[in-house]
Amino acid sequence: MPEIKVTPLGAGQDVGRSCILVSIGGKNIMLDCGMHMGYNDDRRFPDFSYITQNGRLTDFLDCVIISHFHLDHCGALPYMSEMVGYDGPIYMTHPTKAICPILLEDFRKITVDKKGETNFFTSQMIKDCMKKVIPLNLHQTVQVDDELEIKAYYAGHVLGAAMVHIKVGSESVVYTGDYNMTPDRHLGAAWIDKCRPDILISESTYATTIRDSKRCRERDFLKKVHESIERGGKVLIPVFALGRAQELCILLETFWERMNLKAPIYFSTGLTEKANHYYKLFITWTNQKIRKTFVQRNMFEFKHIKAFDRSYADNPGPMVVFATPGMLHAGQSLQIFKKWAGNEKNMVIMPGYCVQGTIGHKILNGQRKLEMEGRATLDVKLQVEYMSFSAHADAKGIMQLIRMAEPRNMLLVHGEAVKMEFLKGKIEQEFSIDCYMPANGETTTVTTNPSVPVDISLNLLKREMALGGPLPDPKKPRTMHGTLIMKENSLKLVSSEQALKELGLNEHQLRFTCHVQLQDPHSDADTLHRIYTHLKSVLKGYTIQHLPDGTVIVESIVIKVSSSAEDSNTKVLLLSWSYQVKTWTLFLERFVIIYSFKCSEQQQDRELIDIQWGGKKIH
Amino acid sequence: MKLYCLSGHPTLPCNVLKFKSTTIMLDCGLDTTSVLNFLPLPLVHSPRLSKLPGWVSKDGTINLEKELKECAGRVFVDAQPEFCLPERELLDLSTIDVILISNYHCMMALPYITEHTGFTGTVYATEPTLQIGRLLMEELVNFMERVPKAQSATSWKNKEIRRMLPGPLKDAVDVWMWKRCYSMQEVNSALSKVQLVGYSQKVELFGAVQVSPLSSGYSLGSSNWIIQSHHEKVSYVSGSSLLTTHPQPMDQSSLKNSDVLILTGLTQMPTANPDGMLGEFCSNLAMTIRAGGNVLVPCYSSGVIYDLLECLYQFIESANLGTTPFYFISPIANSSLEFSQIFAEWLCHNKQTKVYLPEPPFPHAELIQTNKLKHYPSIHGDFSSEFRQPCVVFTGHPSLRFGDVVHFMELWGKSSLNTIIFTEPDFSYLDALAPYQPLAMKCVYCPIDTRLNFHQVSKLLKEVQPLHVVCPEQYTQPPLTQSHRSDLMLELQPPPMPYRRCSVLNLPFRRRYERIYILPELANSLVPSEIKPGVSVATVSALLHSKDNKHTLQSVPKPPPMPPSKKRKRVIEEPPVALAPKPMLSGAVALEAFLATLQKHGITEVKVEETADGHILHLQAEDTLIQLEEDGTHIVCDSEPLRTTLRDLVLRFLQKL
Repeated sequence: MPEIKVTPLGAGQDVGRSCILVSIGGKNIMLDCGMHMGYNDDRRFPDFSYITQNGRLTDFLDCVIISHFHLDHCGALPYMSEMVGYDGPIYMTHPTKAICPILLEDFRKITVDKKGETNFFTSQMIKDCMKKVIPLNLHQTVQVDDELEIKAYYAGHVLGAAMVHIKVGSESVVYTGDYNMTPDRHLGAAWIDKCRPDILISESTYATTIRDSKRCRERDFLKKVHESIERGGKVLIPVFALGRAQELCILLETFWERMNLKAPIYFSTGLTEKANHYYKLFITWTNQKIRKTFVQRNMFEFKHIKAFDRSYADNPGPMVVFATPGMLHAGQSLQIFKKWAGNEKNMVIMPGYCVQGTIGHKILNGQRKLEMEGRATLDVKLQVEYMSFSAHADAKGIMQLIRMAEPRNMLLVHGEAVKMEFLKGKIEQEFSIDCYMPANGETTTVTTNPSVPVDISLNLLKREMALGGPLPDPKKPRTMHGTLIMKENSLKLVSSEQALKELGLNEHQLRFTCHVQLQDPHSDADTLHRIYTHLKSVLKGYTIQHLPDGTVIVESIVIKVSSSAEDSNTKVLLLSWSYQVKTWTLFLERFVIIYSFKCSEQQQDRELIDIQWGGKKIH
Repeated sequence: MKLYCLSGHPTLPCNVLKFKSTTIMLDCGLDTTSVLNFLPLPLVHSPRLSKLPGWVSKDGTINLEKELKECAGRVFVDAQPEFCLPERELLDLSTIDVILISNYHCMMALPYITEHTGFTGTVYATEPTLQIGRLLMEELVNFMERVPKAQSATSWKNKEIRRMLPGPLKDAVDVWMWKRCYSMQEVNSALSKVQLVGYSQKVELFGAVQVSPLSSGYSLGSSNWIIQSHHEKVSYVSGSSLLTTHPQPMDQSSLKNSDVLILTGLTQMPTANPDGMLGEFCSNLAMTIRAGGNVLVPCYSSGVIYDLLECLYQFIESANLGTTPFYFISPIANSSLEFSQIFAEWLCHNKQTKVYLPEPPFPHAELIQTNKLKHYPSIHGDFSSEFRQPCVVFTGHPSLRFGDVVHFMELWGKSSLNTIIFTEPDFSYLDALAPYQPLAMKCVYCPIDTRLNFHQVSKLLKEVQPLHVVCPEQYTQPPLTQSHRSDLMLELQPPPMPYRRCSVLNLPFRRRYERIYILPELANSLVPSEIKPGVSVATVSALLHSKDNKHTLQSVPKPPPMPPSKKRKRVIEEPPVALAPKPMLSGAVALEAFLATLQKHGITEVKVEETADGHILHLQAEDTLIQLEEDGTHIVCDSEPLRTTLRDLVLRFLQKL
């Protein structure tokens, strides 16, 4: 039985460093290659030694597929391809290919330049790694090799996020990456067709929550910003350059427009033009509304949002500033934070996850006194807010996707074990399919039961179809008989006659002959004729011929009559048939025997005779 | 398998393929050359055009002065221009299941087909094809509706009257298929039937056929199509290019192994080299500007114009044209320029790389930013106040019969300082200019057609090796004007099958196999036996299920045990059919081995008699004869149990198929 094996190296009952190995139809595929934001040691990257102990991965992987540009999905890619060693194809969508190297470079700078870590990938490695990337288009069927094909679907999590359908022969797996089933400010909703994969590997970040609508969280966010501005405070929003920043900008931009607000909104440098440019150029990846109106008004050309200059931080009066990086661990966002922290009118809104050790993490945990370099302490008086804007499917969304794709098995990753357990129960109950949730390094094996594709001769198929009438009738199954020829890798189903011909074999005829005696006073010819007319009336729809040479042929059964030498009333019936004629012989013989009894008892009875069926076979 | 040809225009095709119970329309081209027979539609009142004399036949018997006007020695129809539609009577268009569009120029007849014919199918196109196609339709409607002409002219179409008319009106064909432009509402309704596809996406049609678009390298999102089942493959090649311009390069390898290749949309200018034409375009443009004249470029609002602008971007500085204003005037100018920048996936590699930086893929963004290129929806409004001369104007329609170009013809035609440069190959420039004669303005003809030429196509066909090629008849003979150029035609072995408007071709297909799926349970129950090394056979008796054009085989369910009460059943009328037939037999029964086997089963008294073809075995105790021959065995035996035994013994020596 063919099997599909799935082993998470990361994201197994965990969020972070997504990396899932799939073995299907003899192909090995790595899905995502992320790093863990919560660790600074070896646990940061997936454990590639699981694949091989010695060195390069090229021989062990057929391809790597990256679902989107978040670092927990692509952060380990240069490490894997350049430091561990992998030269095979890496697939990702165009936007991911464009944005991923920028985030990797940012991440590298923070780790190496700021934290001073060595033994990390270099800028050149990122470039070399990206050279191995083959861009994917949505819905395009990409043939990785002769057998392995992949197809990307829209996932709606971030710009360019994709789900992938991986297919080998008639076996298939879908990996969702991170996805979102409800359209948001700038992206559309995930969609997949009814591809009925053997396994659906789904993220389960929000496995237990049926989330309040995104609108509520947006309203909440706007209310907080608005209140702060109203009382003359300054609002700092630490963000990463791409993704959430653009969504929040659209949100504020439209709010400012609607409310006719005058307080300035600034973008910190490095974030500005460039990031928005990606969104403008990849507008086909955003939602319907933005795409439709982009000629008249490009949503990523902001009217109210202007570039930030460091001197503006000291300007009096309210303002909103988006600044990088998102965790307040360095750079401009940290500088502004230090300036504004002392005033309780001000506010900082953390729109995403913060790694342990960063200032962002500390203030989110309620720390109010921060130790800065040089023994100085900083009193945190401003308001600290946390808002999650990450676009993941909730339990309802996950169920919706299952309904869309109709998988035979379900496998959960990218979530917490306890929550997964809950969702697993729900899925098994609602869809009656098996649901797995392997931990990192644990392998789930699913046996598949694929149908065997065969080439059938059109003649044979048409003949069989014609027998069943033009329309299929569920009550009358159509049986088909043929010979399957297995030669090299081809499977051909043909009629037996054609098989003989194709294989260059001669047919061997096997015939049987037997004699049956019966009492009939008529002449030989009359008896034969009586048998003929009788068969005619009994066997409707069969070819029955009375040949001039004194034989009756029913299909291919030959019947001859001769009188016994001793008694002219005893007739000898000669029956001859070939091996291929089967139940017929039985039928005929029974018929003849009973016919003979009847004839002897009531000479003239030519009525149809009730024949007992189900006796043992003749041969 | 049949091909119905609804259009005679080789680059604006419209064919219908009947393939395995599906009816597929390939492209929906609208032949617009018919508009050359109409008077131009001026945007601003033109005293010249409004005072033209009406046409009266020489003997004065026929007076059509309301419909026909004489202008510059020719006769033109004075009515809203009409287009020549694809044939609608050749087959019932409501039976069409899908329409496959290859590029935005080949879909302009879509509203005529999808509306008012009972069409209920789906149209497949790529996203750039849909978006730019929509813009071009919008532009066409806008051109027509901006200058409403209530009057429609039909009297001249009468056969009797037409005989009296001077050429080329006299020789116009299919005039009853000429129709006025559709409305925006019809466009929207037609385009709502479009389903987007990506290159190499496999689309299943009713489970019977799979269609897939391939990059054709001609324009943004342009595609060739593969139409295939498991055993048959038709390639539809339409408007393809091997030149390096802005679109993604052509996918050639996927066209391999086609049974039939339908070839349309070759270059209309087989003797004009696009690069040379581009050079000529630039030098003529520079020359005119330097001399203080204006340049008019009648062109489509999408397509080659992107390449022209890119070429000018590089050329402007070196030719010292930095201060010359370039204007692009069209109701869709802005949209066309904007849309061109957002289709990174559909662009050539160089342009894709730019998007990763991120920079706009086309340099016209920079031309607009630096105010060198300005675009306006029409000559009215801002343009009239901002317009400076000398300048270069790109505007449509290339037929010179409608759109803003008509105004510039009236404005600049009388000065020999000005130049009109034709870049689109769709219209004869002499015919296009006919109603404006006499002209003082210079005319330069630099048609840029990047589609495959005959040299490229024969190389391509050598590469992909289709079994049969179908093409418009025009490609099977040299052009009329250059009848000695045998290099300007397709010469193939076997010769291509030519078609013309209204042809119905029987495509040479030998369908022999079909895909069927054996369900796992049945597959496991099969018993293969090796016939020769590497070749095994197994007999299959199974239930056939055919649903949605997919066939599967599954095991025959065991019949439920007969209830004992129904012992006396009338079986004569219903002989059981579900039982598997006996397999065919092959091989021969070896005499010695068979005798040994008989002995093992207690049959010892056997008399063997040699005959011409084999042996006759006489089983004396059993009064039974067995005739053994090379290709047959005959058992003559009256006892049923014995016959069964003997049969099984014989079968041991034979192979079953």
